[in-house]
Amino acid sequence: MADLTTNFAGIRCPNPFWLASAPPTNCGEQVMRAFDAGWGGAVWKTIGDPITNVSSRYSSVDWNAQRMMGLNNIELISDRPIEVNLREIAEVKRLYPKHAVIASLMVESKRETWHEMVKRAEGAGADGLELNFGCPHGMSERGMGSAVGQVPEYAQMITEWVKEAARTPVLVKLTPNITDIRIVARAAKRARADGLSAINTINSITGIDLDTFEPRPNVDGKSSHGGYCGPAVKPIALNMIQQVNSDTVDGPPLPMSGIGGVGNWRDAAEFILMGCGTVQVCTAAMHYGYRIVEDMIDGLSNWMDEKGFVTVDDFRGKSLAKVTEWKHLNLNYRIVAQIDEALCIGCQLCHIACWDGAHQCIHLDRVSGPVDGHVEVHAKPRELGREKIVVTPIPKLDPPKLHVGPYATSLERIPRVDETECVGCNLCSLVCPVDKCITMAERPTGLSPETWAERTSAVVERAG
Amino acid sequence: MGACPTHIDVPRFIKKIASGNVTGSAKTILEANVLGASCSRVCPVEVLCEGSCVMHGKNEKPIEIGRLQRFAMETFYAAGGKLTLRSRDERAERVACIGAGPASLACAAELRQLGFQVRAFDRRALPGGLNTYGVAEYKLRAADSLREAAMVRGLGVEFENREIDAAGLEELEREFDAVFLGLGLGAMHRLAVEGAMSSSVIDALDFIAGYKTGTRLKVAPRVVVVGAGNTAIDAACAAKRLGAKDVTILYRRRRENISAFQFEYDHAVREGVVFRWETLPKAFAATERGMALTCVTVSQDAAGMPVPMAGSEFTIECDVVIPAIGQSPLLELLSQAKGVAIEHGRVAIDRATGQTTNPKYFAGGDCVNGGREVVDAVADGKRAALGIAAWLGKRMEAHVG
Repeated sequence: MADLTTNFAGIRCPNPFWLASAPPTNCGEQVMRAFDAGWGGAVWKTIGDPITNVSSRYSSVDWNAQRMMGLNNIELISDRPIEVNLREIAEVKRLYPKHAVIASLMVESKRETWHEMVKRAEGAGADGLELNFGCPHGMSERGMGSAVGQVPEYAQMITEWVKEAARTPVLVKLTPNITDIRIVARAAKRARADGLSAINTINSITGIDLDTFEPRPNVDGKSSHGGYCGPAVKPIALNMIQQVNSDTVDGPPLPMSGIGGVGNWRDAAEFILMGCGTVQVCTAAMHYGYRIVEDMIDGLSNWMDEKGFVTVDDFRGKSLAKVTEWKHLNLNYRIVAQIDEALCIGCQLCHIACWDGAHQCIHLDRVSGPVDGHVEVHAKPRELGREKIVVTPIPKLDPPKLHVGPYATSLERIPRVDETECVGCNLCSLVCPVDKCITMAERPTGLSPETWAERTSAVVERAG
Repeated sequence: MGACPTHIDVPRFIKKIASGNVTGSAKTILEANVLGASCSRVCPVEVLCEGSCVMHGKNEKPIEIGRLQRFAMETFYAAGGKLTLRSRDERAERVACIGAGPASLACAAELRQLGFQVRAFDRRALPGGLNTYGVAEYKLRAADSLREAAMVRGLGVEFENREIDAAGLEELEREFDAVFLGLGLGAMHRLAVEGAMSSSVIDALDFIAGYKTGTRLKVAPRVVVVGAGNTAIDAACAAKRLGAKDVTILYRRRRENISAFQFEYDHAVREGVVFRWETLPKAFAATERGMALTCVTVSQDAAGMPVPMAGSEFTIECDVVIPAIGQSPLLELLSQAKGVAIEHGRVAIDRATGQTTNPKYFAGGDCVNGGREVVDAVADGKRAALGIAAWLGKRMEAHVG
């Protein structure tokens, strides 16, 4: 049986699923309901001197009838007094001693202010501290948030101040709005941080109203750039986390709490495979509610059982070694597309994609069924089934439609792959709407594996 | 789009709806089919676009192309959308369209787009042909048909309410450079049975036209419809909607032999229409309380032909009988068009150009195909317009040369 209990940089919790510092962790009542639903930890909505928010605050990108592929917000840190937040943290910890409550903090860049904030948060019973060096809007204009996270020296300095006072683990939350996210991660390492969390939201403008010309979200006719999150940012988050978790400059990688588009157990498993010790969730909880954690726990446990993993550490980081620089990929590995004629519905998306977007190797020129094995007989097919003059068929009067071949789809509509030209790019299999219809099959080249690095060094050696 | 007789670019118009460009979507439809609105309501999409949808291969419901087209067209008309003429030179040549139904409207619209001067003649007061007078009201309202005709008029087509007779035809031949025969079919076949001339026997198209134009507001309680084609179904449903209590359809063959589309049949069953298969009316006689229909049961012989069974006579009581057993061709008028060959009661044409055996005459729609769908008439009309343009173009070249 899978055991999800987690010890992340010294913070213990029943499972690795945390709510990220955001509206779902705004107050004690919410956090307690979240813990009842099953969340293992919660990073409190960032505490600091209360701010005034604007309305509206969110906007989203919908995609193909699906809501909120990406969410954007211009909300600031907690708008509630520090003492109220701390009082509620104390109450939550009293009632839920085994769950992790992490206090996210952001105060002005003064050593004493940070010392005091750290002591008060720990005094309230927080299990750990997360330094919000990532908020990309509003707070950064006041010298906080990403204004700190984008300057490694500032990030290191403030983290050092915090470490001077802290007794609990200190996590530094990284902003992705920087050229190389590893630079600030290294600063955190030098400052002896206990862990990292990444990524914070990405600077964004989600769209513009074509009637008013006002970008969203609209605040009395104007907008401001916000922070982008949700399923759309997951690939960006995974890449940045891979970069940080593979980086050994200034010491071994720190424990990482993964953030960015996590919405279900599969996402969580991927982040853990990329080396994360916990994952933090916000958008999915805002979209569907706290209950999503039920299947995250259940699904991850069942998957771990199937794979024979007992603890999260058993598979944590397993994919890191499988990410490499391009120059270490095998140039002599070759795959080609295969179309399963029995599954093909004749939509021809693969043909269009290959012709317009790839390498012009998927053709519409079949005329014959399998003669001897796979279909390869082809000639001019266009005459088939494409008479120019079409009439509404009347069963009594008109012959049934011409159907060629042994498959449900008439053969002239089923595309054919020219394997000699196929470069194995995957595009056709990506656009095909039918599961498993287009698969990529290996065609051994008979050549031993060779990478670009090996090939070029061989050239250098020969030249030498 | 290969399955649509008018070759509407279906992926294009759907993508345009998806992108919020509904105007562009409607124009994509109208470019291929100027009667896109009525087609979106009356087309048997199951055997056309939706029947060819690749989603069938995934065991999923086809994309609802008909309803999407309806949405695009309704939005277009609701916004007061109008077709604009393509940029082209006006041509002096004049073309007469006989009939103002779907075939002629499509032909006329296309000819105007090509610059020709067009005048359409119809014996009825309103344009639109069967779209206005003959399609069941629940599918297509007369007003919707008239809206489409008005759009064609907006392209510069002139309409004249005039029945063309032999003399008229001669006149048109003199005054116009080409004539398009889009005159549809003639009167409905009469039942060749005793008593068929009774005033309680109403032909199905007259019945539907009365219902659609508001001249018929009720019907007696017991109605018998003879025949099981799409018009019979429309008449039976119209009778139900007009308040008939019992509507029975008599058909001399079996369920699987009907020429009505499956969805039409299903619709009639839902409306409460009763079908009596293998039943043939033999005689009508007036009774005190209405009419008595003497019928016989028929069976099919080895060749599938219906054979009345001896001694199987029975009587059905009713108030009104509506025969819907097909329309006869307008042979009388057609025979006046000199050199226009008629085969099996239909105008013979070159399929690609619509040209008849008299090069000045072109034809399309029901008078050519014996009675098919609106979309087939539109496709015929469009092809004929291009045929006329090509022919007139050649004639012009020869003249100049």
